[in-house]
Amino acid sequence: MFKMRYLKLAVVLVVGMLALGAVVIAQEPNTELSGDLEIFSWWTGGGEEAGLLALIERFQEQYPNVNVINAAVAGGSGVNARAVLTSRMLSNDPPSTFQVHAGQALNALWVRAGRMQPLNDMFEANGWMEQYPQGLLDLITDSEGNIYSVPVNIHRSNVMWYVPGKLAEWGLEVPGTWEDFLTTTCPAMQAAGVTPIAVGENWTQVHLWESVALGVLGAEAYQGLWDGTTSWTSEEVNNVFTTFAAVLDCANEDRNALSWQDAAQRVANGEAGFTIMGDWAAGYYLIDLELEPETGFAWAASPGTSGTFMMLSDTFGLPVGAKNEEAARAWLSFIGTAEAQDIFNPLKGSLPANITADITNGDLYNAYFQSAYTDWTTNAIVGSLQHGAVAPPAFLDGFGNVIASFAANRDASQATANAATLALQTGIGQ
Amino acid sequence: MIKNNGQVMALLVLLPSILLLGLFVYGFIGWTAYTSLTDSNGLQQLSGLPSNFVQLRNYSDLFNGSLNERFRIDIVNTLFFTLLFILVCLVLGLTLAILLDQKIQGETVFRTIFLFPMALSFVVTGVVWKWLFNPERGINSLPELIGLPGSDFRWFISEEQWLPFNWQQMPTFLTMFALGLVIYFALRWYAKKRAQWAAFAGAIALLLLMLITFDVPRQALPLISEEHGFNLALFAVVIAAGWQMSGYTMAMYLAGLRGISDDLREAARVDGAGEFGVYRYVVLPLLQPITLSAVIILGHISLKIFDLVYTMGGDTNLFIDMPGLNMYLTTFRGQQFGMGAAIATVMLIMVAFVIVPYLVTSFRTEDKR
Repeated sequence: MFKMRYLKLAVVLVVGMLALGAVVIAQEPNTELSGDLEIFSWWTGGGEEAGLLALIERFQEQYPNVNVINAAVAGGSGVNARAVLTSRMLSNDPPSTFQVHAGQALNALWVRAGRMQPLNDMFEANGWMEQYPQGLLDLITDSEGNIYSVPVNIHRSNVMWYVPGKLAEWGLEVPGTWEDFLTTTCPAMQAAGVTPIAVGENWTQVHLWESVALGVLGAEAYQGLWDGTTSWTSEEVNNVFTTFAAVLDCANEDRNALSWQDAAQRVANGEAGFTIMGDWAAGYYLIDLELEPETGFAWAASPGTSGTFMMLSDTFGLPVGAKNEEAARAWLSFIGTAEAQDIFNPLKGSLPANITADITNGDLYNAYFQSAYTDWTTNAIVGSLQHGAVAPPAFLDGFGNVIASFAANRDASQATANAATLALQTGIGQ
Repeated sequence: MIKNNGQVMALLVLLPSILLLGLFVYGFIGWTAYTSLTDSNGLQQLSGLPSNFVQLRNYSDLFNGSLNERFRIDIVNTLFFTLLFILVCLVLGLTLAILLDQKIQGETVFRTIFLFPMALSFVVTGVVWKWLFNPERGINSLPELIGLPGSDFRWFISEEQWLPFNWQQMPTFLTMFALGLVIYFALRWYAKKRAQWAAFAGAIALLLLMLITFDVPRQALPLISEEHGFNLALFAVVIAAGWQMSGYTMAMYLAGLRGISDDLREAARVDGAGEFGVYRYVVLPLLQPITLSAVIILGHISLKIFDLVYTMGGDTNLFIDMPGLNMYLTTFRGQQFGMGAAIATVMLIMVAFVIVPYLVTSFRTEDKR
C-alpha cells in the first residue's frame, strides 16, 4: 500500500516535470545573451510608452539575462531626443538601438553619414522581405539595396476627423476636395458660428500644409516635390500656398496656443467642424475622450486625397559601434515579428508594419484601423513631410519657419520662393 | 618680474582656475566664434568631414537672407522686450522698495511675498501665465465676474503690431542711436568743462547728423525689405517676466535704501526739502549704482531668455520668439551648427553691449580707490 502510494506520487511528479519541461522548451528563454541593451526613443507618455514597455517586458521573458535600459528622452515630438542622439553619435557613444522615422530622417542623415549597419541578413533570415510592403522597404533602403532599420508601425497623416452627428445637425457633408471645402463647407460653418477647421501650433500647421499640398497637387506631383520632378518654383506650388492661406482663413485664430489634442477636442465639442491630424488622433478620441468610432467620431481622407495614403513609420536601427550588438540584433529581430507588432500597435494606436500581423482581429485593432488597413493595402503610398519620411531635418526645420512667416503675412509668392531656396540649400529633389 | 615667493604661490594657486576658465569659457567662446564662420552641420560632422570656412556668410544670411526672417523678428522682439522688461522691473521694484521702506508693519511678510516669484523657475512662470493669458478662459474673463464684458486681447498669441517699420531702416536707427549717445557725452563733457572732448564729440555728432539727413546708412547697407514692429504679444511675456523679476529688483533697491543713512535725509529736511525732494535729490541719486547693477542683471537675463518663451509659445510662435530659442532649434532641430553658432555669437555681442560698460565703470571705480 505504502509503496504503491509512493509509486503514484513518483509518476505524478515525473509527468509533472515532463509537462513543465515541455513548457520551458516551448518558451525557450535564451540565457546566453546578457549585458545592457540601451533602447533610445522619444516614447515617454500615453500609449506610446505603454507599447514600448509591453515590448520590453515580452522581450525580457525571452532574454532574461539582458538588462534593458529604456533611454527615452521626453518632449517636443522628438526634438530633444534628436538633439541628445546627435551629440551622443558625434561623441561616438551610440545607444544599442534608436528610434528613427523611416525615410529621409533615416537615410539623408544617419545612413548617408555611414553611421548605420545594414540589416539585410536579418530581413532575409526572418523572411521579412515578403512580410513588409515594398513601399515601406523602399523608404528604409539606400541606393545600393541595403536595408537599415526595422519598422514597427505605420501611421497615416492625411486623415480628416469630424463628428458625424454634428455634421448632420449643420446639414453638411464631408468635402471631397479643397475646392468644396472652401466654397461650400467653410462659409456654411462660419455662418453657423462654427470654426470650419481646427488647427494648432506650428508643427500641426506644417502637418495641415502637407495634406493641402497632397490634395492640390495629387499624389504624383506631391511625390515629385521630393524626387525633383515637380519644381518648387512652379505655379502649382504657388497654388498650394494660396489654397493653404484660404484654409487658414477658415481656421481658428488662436492656433499658436493649441496643441493637436486641443484642436481635436474642439471638433469633439462641436466648436469646430474638422481637424486634420495623423491617426494617433483615433487613440485620443477613443481612449481619452471615450468616443465610439463611427458614431462619436468619424474620419475621411483629407480633401482631394482619397485613394492616397500619406504614411510615416517608426523604425529602429542598429548604429555603427552599438553597445552590446548581439542583444541589439535580438531586439530588432524580435520587434519585427508579427507577435511583437500585435503587442505594440494596439497600445500605441497604429497599424502593424508586418503584414502577417493579426490585423483582422477586432479585439486588437479597432474599427478605424480595420478601415485604415484596407486603404494601406490598396492606396497609392506617399511619405509625410512633417514626420520625416520625405525630407531631412534641415529642410523640415527651415520649412517650419517658412510656414510660421506665411501664417503671419499670407504672402504666397514669398513663401514659394523661400521654400524653393530652402529646397535648393538642403538638396531636396536632387 | 616675480619678486617673492608670495607671488609664485599666488600664481600657482590661481593657475587651475585660470586654466579652467581659459579653456571652458574663453576657449569655447572662441571655438563658437570660429564655428560661426563655417558651414558646419549635422551630416558633415557625422560623416567625419571637415567643415568649410565660409567667412561671414552665416552672418549676412542672418541679417539679410530671405530664409532668416525669423532671426530678424527675434532681434526686433528682443530689443523691445529688453527695454520694456527693464523698465517694468525698475519702476515696480523701486515703488515696492520705497513703500516697504516706510517702516510698515509686517514688512518681512510682504518682502517674502514679493521676492517669492524669483525662487520659481521661468518654466513654471511660463506655464502658469500661459494659463492665465488663455484668451478664452484666463484673465480676459475676469471682468465677466462683475458683469462687465470680457477683454478680447489675445495676449501671447496676438498678431497685432505697433510701430511698424521696414528692416531697411535699421542702419538709420542704429546711426540715430549712436548720434544720441555722442550728443549725450558731448553735453556731459561740456558741463565738466572738458572743452576739447566736447568739441570733438560735437564734430562727430554733426557728421552723423549729415549721414542721416542724406540717408547714407540705408544706402550703404542695403538690407532686405521686410516689415517688422513691436508685437503686442510681447506684453504677455513682459508681464510674466516682470512678475518674476521685479521682486528681485525690489530687494536690491531695499538694500540700497537701507544703506542710505537717516542723517542724510535729516540733513535734507533741515535744508527745507519736502518728502518728494528728499527722494528726488538725495535718495534716487544715491541709488544710481543699484540701478546700474539691476539694469545689467535684468538686461542679460532678458537678452538670453529661452525657457519662458518656450513654455509660453511652444517652439514656433514668431510673435514672441527670441534669439535663444531660434539658436536652439537651428542648432539641434535643423542641425545647422554653423548658423546656430552665428546666432549665439550675435547674442554674445548684444550681451557684451550691456556688460562691458559695467565692467569698465567698475574697473574705473576700483582704480580710483
